[in-house]
Order: sequence, then structure tokens, then C-alpha cells
Amino acid sequence: MSVRVQLEDFDAGAEIAKISATNTNVGGVCSFVGLVREFDEGSAITAMTLEHYPGMTEKQLAKIEAEAHERWPLEDSLIIHRYGRMEPGEQIVLVVTASAHRKAAFEACEFLIDWLKTQAPFWKSEETPDGAKWVDAKAADDEAADKWKK
Amino acid sequence: MKILYFAHFREKTNVAEEDVELPAGLTDVNSLIDWLASRDDGFADAFRDRDHIRVAVNQEHVEFDTLIEGATEVAFFPPMTGG
Repeated sequence: MSVRVQLEDFDAGAEIAKISATNTNVGGVCSFVGLVREFDEGSAITAMTLEHYPGMTEKQLAKIEAEAHERWPLEDSLIIHRYGRMEPGEQIVLVVTASAHRKAAFEACEFLIDWLKTQAPFWKSEETPDGAKWVDAKAADDEAADKWKK
Repeated sequence: MKILYFAHFREKTNVAEEDVELPAGLTDVNSLIDWLASRDDGFADAFRDRDHIRVAVNQEHVEFDTLIEGATEVAFFPPMTGG
């Protein structure tokens, strides 16, 4: 169970291999990788800069991860979230969940990405042909997070 | 008290971080927002639309009626857009 907030890129395959190699109770590993898109709501994006709140970010991610472990029988999990400037195609976030059976891994992975989108203090600024603009929070993201509320 | 500003709050106020002595009478986040908004045009603009203000007290996301007495760090930011 761990959380990393970092500037540098990550190797999703290596991270998954590490999780499956260290625990033989793991029967399934589920992962999600979020990438920078070239287009957002019709406007071209040349790059994106992610700002965050050092200190609170790590705390919030750890809290969200602990919540997932309370709700599902997970053997292990990992959240890596990058900050700084990234170009289309670059990886932003990795969520990995490991459990004895697939259902817990799938559900917990979806829960983690849905919740961190609205509860971890990150803000995206996009570079477009019209200049830089802050990305507005999307109602669809709030709805996705709300469906996990107890 | 340390106050932090993120994303468009930093850009509109031109402040990333500051230490402030709060005037007497400020009890909760609501009254802190009123006071900050009265400082100058940049602050007024940043704090105009309350629906789009999120606040953390001592790095915990809280509601506007939260008391700020004894808080060491308050941060203002827009709704989060990570992931």
C-alpha cells in the first residue's frame, strides 16, 4: 500500500510486476493509467501543467487508499500521481489494485480513480492555441465519485 | 496564520503564500473569505463566486462554517481536477 507524488514518469509494467512478485496471495491485479489527451472539449492541447498542494495531496491520497482497503479485501495497492508539465501521450496517473479475486481489484481500482479526481488537490492548466486555461471540474466526474458515497 | 492560494486564486491575487494577522472578529471560513475579498480588486475577483471556492484548514478539506481559531494553515483553491 503506497502513494507517490512525483515529477518524473513511471513504468507501469515494472510497478505491477513488483506488486505481483511480492505477494503470492494476489490472484489478480487491476491497473488504470491516465494520459494527457490531445483534445479536450474540442480544443487542441499542446501541453498540460498539473499543480498540487504538497503535503495535503499525499495525505488525501493515503486517506483515499485506506478507504479502498476498508471497503475491499485488497492485498496491495499503489497510486502514483505526477505533477508539472506534460505533453499529449504522457502518463499522468497510475492506480494499481491487487486482490485474491478480480472483483475487488476491478471495483477498488475504479473507486480510487473516481475519488482521487475530485478529492485530491490537483489542478490542471491546459496550453491551447488561445493561451493557458484552467480546466473546470466536470459534473460527470462528481457524479462518478458520488456513486461510491455510502 | 499561513494562507495559501492555488491555481486561479494565486493568479488573481498575485499571492502564493502569506502570513497574516487576522483582525479581531473573524471566526469562521466565511468571515475570512469576506475579509480577504475586501482587500483589493484581485482578491475580490478571486473570491467572488463562492460556489467555486474550496478551502482546506490545516490540510483538511472543510466547509465554510468551519471555525478557524487556532488554525495554522488555510488554503483556497478551485474544485479539484486531478487524475
